[in-house]
Amino acid sequence: MITKPHIEIRNLNTFYEHQQPALVNVNLTIPRNQVTVIMGPSGCGKTTLLKTFNRFLELTDGTRIAGEVLIDGVNIYDPDQDVTEIRKKTGLLAQRPYMLPMSIYENVAYGLRIHGIKRGRELDLAVRHYLEIAGLWDEVKDRLHAPATRLSIGQQQRVCLARGLAVEPEILLGDEPTSALDPISAAHIEARLLELKKDYTIVVVTHTLRQAKRLADYVIFMYMGEVVEAGHARQVFEDPQQERTRGYLSGQF
Amino acid sequence: MVRSWHFKPRHVAETVAKFFMLLSFLIVAASLLSILWTVLSRGLPALSWEMISQTPKGGYYLGKEGGILNAIIGSLLLAGGGTLVALVISLPIALFLETYVMKTRWARYVRLTLDILWGIPSIVYGAFAFTLMLAMGLRASMLGGIIVLALLEIPIMTRAMDEVIRLMPEELSQASLAVGASKLETAIRVTVRQMLPGIVTATLLAFGRGIGDAASVLYTAGYTDRIPTSLSSPTASLPLAIYFQLGTPYPEVQQRAYASALVLTLIVLIVSLGSRLVSARLGRFINR
Repeated sequence: MITKPHIEIRNLNTFYEHQQPALVNVNLTIPRNQVTVIMGPSGCGKTTLLKTFNRFLELTDGTRIAGEVLIDGVNIYDPDQDVTEIRKKTGLLAQRPYMLPMSIYENVAYGLRIHGIKRGRELDLAVRHYLEIAGLWDEVKDRLHAPATRLSIGQQQRVCLARGLAVEPEILLGDEPTSALDPISAAHIEARLLELKKDYTIVVVTHTLRQAKRLADYVIFMYMGEVVEAGHARQVFEDPQQERTRGYLSGQF
Repeated sequence: MVRSWHFKPRHVAETVAKFFMLLSFLIVAASLLSILWTVLSRGLPALSWEMISQTPKGGYYLGKEGGILNAIIGSLLLAGGGTLVALVISLPIALFLETYVMKTRWARYVRLTLDILWGIPSIVYGAFAFTLMLAMGLRASMLGGIIVLALLEIPIMTRAMDEVIRLMPEELSQASLAVGASKLETAIRVTVRQMLPGIVTATLLAFGRGIGDAASVLYTAGYTDRIPTSLSSPTASLPLAIYFQLGTPYPEVQQRAYASALVLTLIVLIVSLGSRLVSARLGRFINR
């Protein structure tokens, strides 16, 4: 059992317009300061589940969500909740990095400026700090004011990491964050995630089993919109309780 | 390897299609060149410093001294003002469509309305604005001209912006939303920046239509030989200057009409090149 849950999902069901439900009766707890990996075959609802944590699902027209997602015990779907505060709390690494149309510096400073957290010299220090955490500072320190789009895709993904971390989230969400990257850049991102788990709760969606094994402390296996099995990584990988989990781990689908 | 040619209907179809595509292009290119040639060959001999630096003197339309400075300044003020007003109205509409109502039925109605407005002939705008001005007790004035040109330009500008904003990848605005920016902050700080070249193009397209339109300003801005001094003065414009000069029976005045057309073309060209340079400089940061 998880002693200190950071995210709790209760009776979560989601529906896309004119389609079958995408998530069916999901009940989960996600541990604090660990890497939780959501795995499963394409179309099983991994990304949908992840998008319910930062309320990105509602950006798609016609989606309906029923149930609760609690972060630190507070239901983020409560009408009183401010969606921008929830998203500030949950950093996101998307499948492909998208650079905001501005310089490297401004990309990292973006969230800090939006929330009015820091300015002037403080902002410079913060940008440096988060680029260092993302492992990019040495590569970009001489061209901070160059367009961020000129960076390689691997570097761009690390800018995304710095940009997300700069607003001081508690949770870091990764939606197959290395799937568009070359192996070296992917390894770079994985290494950062493993370093960061001491300060952040990390939830990563992946469809590669090997990546799941490298990263996971806790594993959620999904199939057809349902959570089939969830548990500590060693237990799920070595002694899966469900037939479908065994099938997936042995490469049947 | 031996290259052999086999008769295949698909290959023939492709060759024929290519031929027609090339033909269409040549027709368009030839029209553009012949327009430029006509304006240049007839207008250049009549173009003089006097023409662009003086207002019409008595008997100008009979071939006496003077120039079209009244129309040059008038056109710049009318089209510049109209474009500015249209920009202030169009950009929020385009951003609103993209940010809040993207794919809903409401957005379809807004787009349909704009497309219908786009198709309305400019003389109808002129007549409509004229009736409105009569009701409000306004006379032909710069203000009237600016308002009618803004009305004329809004649908063009909004739809042109809308089309480019729709090309923006969803993930880009999500990158901004993900750090806790609101939709409005995302629209202003990210969408506008990313779409800047498109916004410039849309503005130019509308400016070009505005400065070249004669029918809508005929009753609303009026015509005068003087340079306008306030928003309530009647204001001359280049298209009407061309129309009046070409309508005289005197060949030398008709030639000045071509010179005026040349000036109009040059203004559009300079504004267009200038803003493209600016947008290229500002566009360095955008995703492609």
